[in-house]
Amino acid sequence: MEHTVHQTHDHYDPEASKIGMWLFIFTELLLFGGLFVIYSVYRFLNPEAFHLAAEELNRAIGTINTIILLVSSATIAMATSAIQKNNKRQTLLLMLVTVLLALTFLVNKYFEWGAKFGHGIFPGSEHMIQTMSKGEILFFGLYFIMTGLHALHIIIGMAFIIFVMVLTARGKIHSERFALLENSGLYWHLVDVIWIFLFPLFYLIH
Amino acid sequence: MQAATPIPTDVSYLEYKGKYKGIFSWIFSTDHKRIALLYLYSMMVMFLVGVLLGLAMKLELIAPGKTIMEAKDYNAVFTVHGVIMIFMIVVPGLPAVFGNFLLPIMIGAKDVAFPKLNLLSWYIYVLGALLVIASVLFGNGTPDTGWTFYAPYSFKTGTNLLPAIFGAFVLGFSSILTGLNFIVTIHRMRAPGMTWTKMPLFPWTLYGTGWIQLLATPVVGITLVLVSLERIFGIGVFDPALGGDPILYQHLFWIYSHPAVYIMILPAMGAISEIIPTFAQKHVFGYRAIVASTLAIAFVGYFVWGHHMFTAGMSGTAQYTFSLLTFLVAIPSAIKVFNWISTMHQGSIRLETPFYWAASFIFVFMIGGLSGLVLGSLATDVYVHDTAFVVAHFHFIVFGGVGFAFFGAIHYWFPKMFGRMYDKGLANTGWIVFFIGFLALYAPMFYLGMKGMPRRYYDYLPEFHAANILSTLGSWVMAFGLVIILINLFRSAKHGPKADKNPWNGKTLEWTVPSPPPVENFAETPVYGEKDGPYEYQ
Ligand code: HEM
Ligand SMILES: [Cu+2]
Repeated sequence: MEHTVHQTHDHYDPEASKIGMWLFIFTELLLFGGLFVIYSVYRFLNPEAFHLAAEELNRAIGTINTIILLVSSATIAMATSAIQKNNKRQTLLLMLVTVLLALTFLVNKYFEWGAKFGHGIFPGSEHMIQTMSKGEILFFGLYFIMTGLHALHIIIGMAFIIFVMVLTARGKIHSERFALLENSGLYWHLVDVIWIFLFPLFYLIH
Repeated sequence: MQAATPIPTDVSYLEYKGKYKGIFSWIFSTDHKRIALLYLYSMMVMFLVGVLLGLAMKLELIAPGKTIMEAKDYNAVFTVHGVIMIFMIVVPGLPAVFGNFLLPIMIGAKDVAFPKLNLLSWYIYVLGALLVIASVLFGNGTPDTGWTFYAPYSFKTGTNLLPAIFGAFVLGFSSILTGLNFIVTIHRMRAPGMTWTKMPLFPWTLYGTGWIQLLATPVVGITLVLVSLERIFGIGVFDPALGGDPILYQHLFWIYSHPAVYIMILPAMGAISEIIPTFAQKHVFGYRAIVASTLAIAFVGYFVWGHHMFTAGMSGTAQYTFSLLTFLVAIPSAIKVFNWISTMHQGSIRLETPFYWAASFIFVFMIGGLSGLVLGSLATDVYVHDTAFVVAHFHFIVFGGVGFAFFGAIHYWFPKMFGRMYDKGLANTGWIVFFIGFLALYAPMFYLGMKGMPRRYYDYLPEFHAANILSTLGSWVMAFGLVIILINLFRSAKHGPKADKNPWNGKTLEWTVPSPPPVENFAETPVYGEKDGPYEYQ
C-alpha cells in the first residue's frame, strides 16, 4: 500500500441507502412480475372468460382509487421537497395527507371486496364452482391475489410513512438528512406504479 | 455508529464487548464478523441434522425392502433433508459465513453498507429455520413432497406443509437482504484506489451472486405464496380442477431454482479462486476471464431452467432451445477450470489442507459438470431423468462443489477468523477420509441411475443391491471424515497455537490485518496505488 487516509466514524451515506432502496424495489417488481406472467398466460388461454369476468368489476371504484393513489404520490413527493426547505410542519402535513389517502383507498377496497363476497365471489366458493367457467374462476382467483397483495403493500407503505413521520417529528429527519423520507416516497411510488398496471389489466381491458 | 466511545483498534472482534454482555454481545452485534460466526454456528447445527437424515436414508437403502423405516417416513426424510440442505446450507452458506466475514475486509471497509439490516437477515434466517423445524414437530405428518414442492401434490397432501413452504419463503427473504447489502457494499465501500478490476475474485463472485439473489428469489417467493394460497383457499392457479396448470408451477419454480444453483456455486468458485493463487504463490491466471465468466454464468443461468422439465411436457422447439442454452452455460464453468489449472502451472505449490480441498473441488466439480451435459442433452436425459444419476450429478456439484469449497474456505481462513491454527496432520487425514467416502457414496449412484434405479424410493430391485451397499459404506466413511474435521476445528478454535497475521503469505487485504481482526478491521483505511493488486506475487 502506498499511503493511508483517515476515515470518519459517521457511516451516513444517502447514496448507499438510495441504491439499496432501488434494489429492493427491483425485487418487489419481480415479485409482481411473476404474477403478471401468470395473468398473461391465463388471459391468453381464456380470452372470453376473462372478458366476461372483468365486466363484473366496479369500474367507478377502480377509477376513484387510481386517482387517490396518483394524488398521494404527489403529496409524498411534495413532502420530500418540503423537508429540503426544512419546513417541518408542511412535511408532516403532506405525509399525513398521504396516509389518509391510503386509508381511503383501503376503505374503498374493503367495500369493493365486500360486495363481491356478498355475491358469493371469493376463493374456494361453491357458488363460483357451480356457476362459472374455469377461466372466470381463474380471473377472480388472480384478482383477489393480486389486489390483495397490493393492498398488503399499501399497508406496509403506510406503516413505513408513519414511522418516518415519527422520526421527522422528533427531528431525526431534517434538511441535511432525509434519505429515509425519500426512500419511503420511492416505496410509495412503487405501490402506485403497481396499481397503475393492475387497474387496466383487471378493470379496463376487453 | 457508536460515535460516543471510540472503538479500540487493538482489541480483536472476539474480545471486544461493546454495550452488551455474554451471549447478547453476539446476538445484538452488528459487527459483520460476529454475524458471520452466528451464521456459521446456526448452519452447523442444521447441517448436522441434514447429515443425520442423509445417513438414515443411506441406511434404509443398504438392503432392498424395508430396513429401518416405512415408505412414507422415507418420503418425509428426503423432503426435510432437501429443504435443510438447499435452503439453509448451500444457498446462504458461503455468502452468509465467508462473505460476511471477508467481503468488507477484502475491499478495505469497516463493515457492510447496512450493518443493522445484516443482523436482521440473520434473525430472518433463524425464523425460517424454526418454521421448517415446526413443520416437522407439529401438525399431522412431516412434509413429503420433496424440496421442490411440486403442484398438485403440494396442495393435496395431508401433511403439515404450510410452515415448511413459508419457511422457505422467509429464508429466501433473508437471502435477498444479504445480496442487497453486498451489492451496495461493493458499489460504495471499496477502498480508495480499488477499481473494479483490482477487486479480488471472491468479492466479484459475491457481486454476481447478489444480483441472482435479488432477481431470482422473488419469483420463487411469489410461487411459494401461490401454492400456499392454493392450499388454504383453493384459488385455482395451479389446480387443474379449477382451470390452473401444474406445469406452470414447475416453470416458475425452476426460473428461480436453476439460477439458485449459481447462487450456490459462484461464491464457491470465488473461494477456490482465492485459495489457488495463494498456494501456488502466483498471480491468478486470466483474472478478467474469471470475472467475465462469473458474470456470464450469472446471466445465462437465467435461461436454462427448462432442462429440469424435459419430460414434463413442453414443445420440441422449447426442448431444443433449453438444451442448447444448457450446453452454453457449461462454457464459462470450463473457462474457470482452465484458469485455475493454469494458475497452478509453474507455480510454487504448497501442499496445505486448503489446497487439497481446492484440488479435489476441481476434480469433483468436473465430474459433476460433465454429468450435467449428459442430463442437458435430450436423448440421454429422457433416459436418466428422475433416477439416481441426477442425485449423483447434483451431489457431485452441490456437495462436492459447494461443500468442498466451504471446507477449503474454512481451512484457509480459519487462522484469520479465530487467530489460531489447526492441527494440519489431522486436517489432512480428515480431508482424505472424507474425499474417499464421498466418492464411494456418490459414484455408485451414476451407475445405479444408468441401470434404471429411480430416485426418491425407499426400495429397489435386487440387482441394485451390490452398488447400494458400496454407497452406504461410503456414507459411513465420509461421516467419519467429517467427525475428524469438526473435532480438529473445534479444538483448535480454543486451544490451537496462535496464528500470525499472514500464515499462507496471501496478498489480499484480509492478510494485512491482525488475526483475529480488530472490531473495525483497519486502523487506517488502506489505499490501493497504481501498482497494487490482489494477487501481486513476485
Ligand atoms: C455444466 C453445468 C451443469 C449442467 C449442464 C447441468 C444440468 C442439469 C440438468 C439437465 C439437470 C436436470 C436433470 C433431470 O432432472 O433430469 C440438473 C439437475 C440438477 N442440477 Fe445441474 N447442471 C449443471 C451444473 C449444476 C450446478 C453448478 C449445480 C449446483 C451448484 C447444479 C445443481 C443441480 C441440482 C440441485 C439438480 C437437481 C434438481 C432436482 O431435481 O432436485 N447443477 N442439472
Ligand atoms: Cu438446472
